[in-house]
Amino acid sequence: MTGRTIRIGAGAGFSGDRIEPALELVEHGGLDFLAFECLAERTIALAQAARIGDPEAGFDPLLEERMRMVLPAAHARGVRIVTNMGAANPASAARLVARIARERGLAGLRIAAVGGDDVLDLIRAGDFPLIDRPGTSRDLGAAIVSANAYLGAGGIVAALDGGADVVVTGRVGDPALFLGPMIHSFGWAMDDWPRLGRGTVVGHLLECAGQVTGGYFADPGVKDVPDLARLGFPFADIGDDGSAIFGKVAGSGGRLTVATCKEQLLYEILDPGAYLQADVAADFRTVRFEQTGADRVAVSGGGGGPQPATLKVSIGYGDGFSGEGQISYAGPGAVARGRLALDIVRERLRMTGVPVTDLRCELIGVDAIDRTGRGGDADPREVRARVAGRAATRAAAERIGAEVEALYTNGPFGGGGVVTAVREVLAVASTLIDRSRIAPTVHYEVA
Amino acid sequence: MILRDVAHIRTGDKGDISQIAVIAYAEADFALLARAVTVDRVAAHFADLPVRSIRRYELPGLGALNFVIEGALRGGVTRSLALDAHGKTLGAQLLDLVIDSE
Repeated sequence: MTGRTIRIGAGAGFSGDRIEPALELVEHGGLDFLAFECLAERTIALAQAARIGDPEAGFDPLLEERMRMVLPAAHARGVRIVTNMGAANPASAARLVARIARERGLAGLRIAAVGGDDVLDLIRAGDFPLIDRPGTSRDLGAAIVSANAYLGAGGIVAALDGGADVVVTGRVGDPALFLGPMIHSFGWAMDDWPRLGRGTVVGHLLECAGQVTGGYFADPGVKDVPDLARLGFPFADIGDDGSAIFGKVAGSGGRLTVATCKEQLLYEILDPGAYLQADVAADFRTVRFEQTGADRVAVSGGGGGPQPATLKVSIGYGDGFSGEGQISYAGPGAVARGRLALDIVRERLRMTGVPVTDLRCELIGVDAIDRTGRGGDADPREVRARVAGRAATRAAAERIGAEVEALYTNGPFGGGGVVTAVREVLAVASTLIDRSRIAPTVHYEVA
Repeated sequence: MILRDVAHIRTGDKGDISQIAVIAYAEADFALLARAVTVDRVAAHFADLPVRSIRRYELPGLGALNFVIEGALRGGVTRSLALDAHGKTLGAQLLDLVIDSE
């Protein structure tokens, strides 16, 4: 890596992520850009559902808290912010950011809203084969509530080129939040596949924030990580060739090593030779890591090939209700009493004719998450019986928890700690759409 | 010897696919991993996992294998009724796979 570098920090790796590490990065990280990735696969469908009830709603619920915390410090240090917290309503999110900026005396702050990802009308008007299951979009019918294409970095680049201090997007590929500032800063061509591929490597390493600096890594006695309660989020110094050196703020918790970087590089990757993003098919196979100091890792190599002709679209749709109940048993015979409890609930739902499908009856501590078939090897001192099922109506879903609760006075000896839940299920299916039918939009709010 | 002695693991998900990266602590152990952690052995280890297919990608430069397990998440994260809908805990369950050092 030679010549000018830019430093990009990661302020959040998911919607509910910790708030204060981003401020630590802004105040002590020497950043040029700060990106927040807050939009999981289903989050945008939930946001779209919220927008149906309130036209000004539909952006990330923590947008206000995150922006109130970092905006003044970011403005004072010239740190530009990029985030997908716009979710289903980037325009409304940008108005909120402008309002916060005015309240904080940051007059003139320029906020861009990047849209164009909402393809609900297009999907409703056509019929698109689903890629993750049999059938087509039309099979989902009136239950469809949202359809959003995974855009590339183009809209973010345009917004930064247009002088935005804060860029708020809807659905873009997560690495694009980081690739955008790189393309803007270095003027990379949008068909420079090797650079776009290496930039995507860097973006992918940053997008989950603390997951590259020791979060989701600790295994006591085997892989120890210090001070996870004060985990420092990462930054990367990126060069014009797309190579980078990763670091975190001195004194923050966590650790940044070749091992933590390898875990994050391979996180949620299918074919490592073709990590498909809207801008490029990135190749991770030739990526190299080198520990260059304490909590410093150099990343080089990697590449890319031409971008796919289609963009992935996530379709959110209503999928009925799920109901659930849990109850605990302890002491000698706990497993046998838990099994008896499950048998009773299963029989009650059957004999009272509750229309439930996909019923799951399992013992937490024995076989609820173990998939090796060896969960019953030991005889635990406590187990938690769990019953979950799917129903078309809320009333039917509620019956599952009710039958678990009734175990108190009708079930085995010694049950305790009943918890019940009913959830409206918003599921996601995926399709592909020709990229020529989609273009990002950019508009600005000025504080 | 078990897998945990020579490798670390991260698990991710995409739709109805669980993805498990198995990474050697020492890149020189890649050959050992490639020999011992086969698709058939992973399938046998997860005896109670509903699986349509398992594909293994090799990354010798990183000392790693990437397993892509289709059908593992019972219709996908957003529909699944499983306690661990993402299948996040699956990779850790692979750590006690027995490895023959020669």
